[in-house]
Amino acid sequence: MIEDIVTNYNYFITIFLMSCGLYIVVARGNMVKKLIGLGLFQTSVYLLYLSPGKILGGTPPIIGEGYEVYSNPLPHVLILTAIVVGVATLGLGLALVVRINEAYGTIEEDDLFGKGGIADEEDADQGMGGGA
Amino acid sequence: MSADASHATAAFSVMEHLPILLVAVPMIGAAVVAMTRNSNLAWFISLVISLAMPILAGLLLHEVYKAGVISYALGGWEPPYGIEYRVDVANAFVLLIVSVMATFALLYAKRVVEEDIADHNRPWFYTMYLLCLCGLLGIAVTGDAFNAFVFLEVSSLSTYAMIAMGRDRRALVAAYQYLVMGTIGATLYVLGVGILFAMTGTLNFADMAERLKDVEETRPVFAALAFITVGLSLKIALFPLHKWLPNAYAYAPSMATVFLASTATKVAIYLLVRFIYSIYAPIVDFGSSSSVSVIVGLSLLAMFTASFVACTQKNVERMLAFSSVAQIGYITLGVSFGSKLGLTGGLVHLLNHAVMKGALFMCTGAIMLRLGSVKLDDMAGIGRKMPITMALFVLAGLSLIGVPGTVGFVSKWYLALASFEAGHGWLAFAIMASSLLAVVYIGRVVEVAYFREPTMKVMMSKEPPVMMLVPMVLLVVACFYFGIDAEYTAETAEKAADVFLTGMGGAAQ
Repeated sequence: MIEDIVTNYNYFITIFLMSCGLYIVVARGNMVKKLIGLGLFQTSVYLLYLSPGKILGGTPPIIGEGYEVYSNPLPHVLILTAIVVGVATLGLGLALVVRINEAYGTIEEDDLFGKGGIADEEDADQGMGGGA
Repeated sequence: MSADASHATAAFSVMEHLPILLVAVPMIGAAVVAMTRNSNLAWFISLVISLAMPILAGLLLHEVYKAGVISYALGGWEPPYGIEYRVDVANAFVLLIVSVMATFALLYAKRVVEEDIADHNRPWFYTMYLLCLCGLLGIAVTGDAFNAFVFLEVSSLSTYAMIAMGRDRRALVAAYQYLVMGTIGATLYVLGVGILFAMTGTLNFADMAERLKDVEETRPVFAALAFITVGLSLKIALFPLHKWLPNAYAYAPSMATVFLASTATKVAIYLLVRFIYSIYAPIVDFGSSSSVSVIVGLSLLAMFTASFVACTQKNVERMLAFSSVAQIGYITLGVSFGSKLGLTGGLVHLLNHAVMKGALFMCTGAIMLRLGSVKLDDMAGIGRKMPITMALFVLAGLSLIGVPGTVGFVSKWYLALASFEAGHGWLAFAIMASSLLAVVYIGRVVEVAYFREPTMKVMMSKEPPVMMLVPMVLLVVACFYFGIDAEYTAETAEKAADVFLTGMGGAAQ
């Protein structure tokens, strides 16, 4: 059991980071903090890709003398793409938070969805709704 | 002579590069549109590109009808080492649905976009539309799991931006919530793909299906399936992961709602079906597997709960959004049977739902344009002032209910047949019972629109411009045409179902 954990510690770090990220997204009401959690959640997956790609003592895949054990370069390329996706998501998310702050004057979900915020707008939609 | 010859080679190379053109043309078009500062020009360029897409997709479908499978090695890197674009009848079918619906949405768009979006933002809106189209077509055309993730994010990010451009400030919050949930979904998907990559060492769908046989019965493979299913279900808005959908559809600009409702979730369903049937089916017996009964249960819950919630909505666009969640339940129900009939029903409903929901959202968009509201109470007597729009709404609504002679009936017929074939006759009754709920929520709109005295505001409204009416009429005509003569749609769906059921073993050309 302990040996399993020690030899596969990279996966346990991944799982730990992932759970932390998801917990922050669910538990925090502040929209910026949620995005930080989301970023952590995405980043943990990078580790899942990268760590199995590394072989101890492995070299870059070069054909030639003295190079026998190769590490797979593909995960690095994939994660480079995933990092770009993560940056774009974070950028767009933060831009939306700025706009929400301009429109509502708050980025706390409790204030946003409570009285004086979206709750009232929903009431107006569902309740009086203009009438006849 | 030489001119003729060069012309012939040019035409030949277009045919050869069809799969990549479907992705590259909208992507380059997005860059061009982003540089324009004139909204009319931006719309026109987008329209030209959009019109080309159904032609390319149609040619591709025609080709795969003859050839079976078309394999395109991106950048000349041979599969499975490079990215492969692999087109069979199943994805050609999805490509055609997406490109046709996108073109209709854009034809309809000009006037509503002028209403919803400030002048300096319109070229950006069309840029987002083209990027989203590129992403959606990319998901459908690719044969590479990671490439599918990248396109999933291309389409999602542009979708968030489109939704945030809605007039109501709640659009911003809806877009933010969708961004958070959508990113969690996409990350779970890429996590599942990562596990599969670690287990099989490949990202190519066909290659993965082969290599999974060596590692079947290992736990990571099933964990990967779970991650991919949950991740894509978030994108599909399968009950109970649909929380983002109603607000996103209700507050997005009308054009974005029409476009997304008829394309985005459909492509995600395709990707999930691809994973379940083309990759996992050989190693998992889905007929007896508990994971499928979970999907059946969720589909039923979606059909009833979401339809019921739709009946209680006062905002017609939100009502239709909940109805979409219910209709997605029909599609996943058909897919979960694991039989040819069920898959045919699910896939044909994919097309049919895109057509009728597109038409319905176009009608509400027109009402929003003229009346400034789609709340039920504000719409009293609207049938007198906007008779064509409301007539189209009712006809498309009949199709949603599944009245014989409409496309809705065709899909429900197949689904009912599949339930009897699977020995679950009660499911057929469940399908009919949930259709009755559709009668209730469409009926409420009809009652308000035709049997109530018009208010002052309604008295001042009039029909939308012809430019908007034309795509609406065409879609409603399609609802009935394919309802009466379902041969072509059902046959294509059946062929697509065959592709999924026989796996990816088919020889590539």
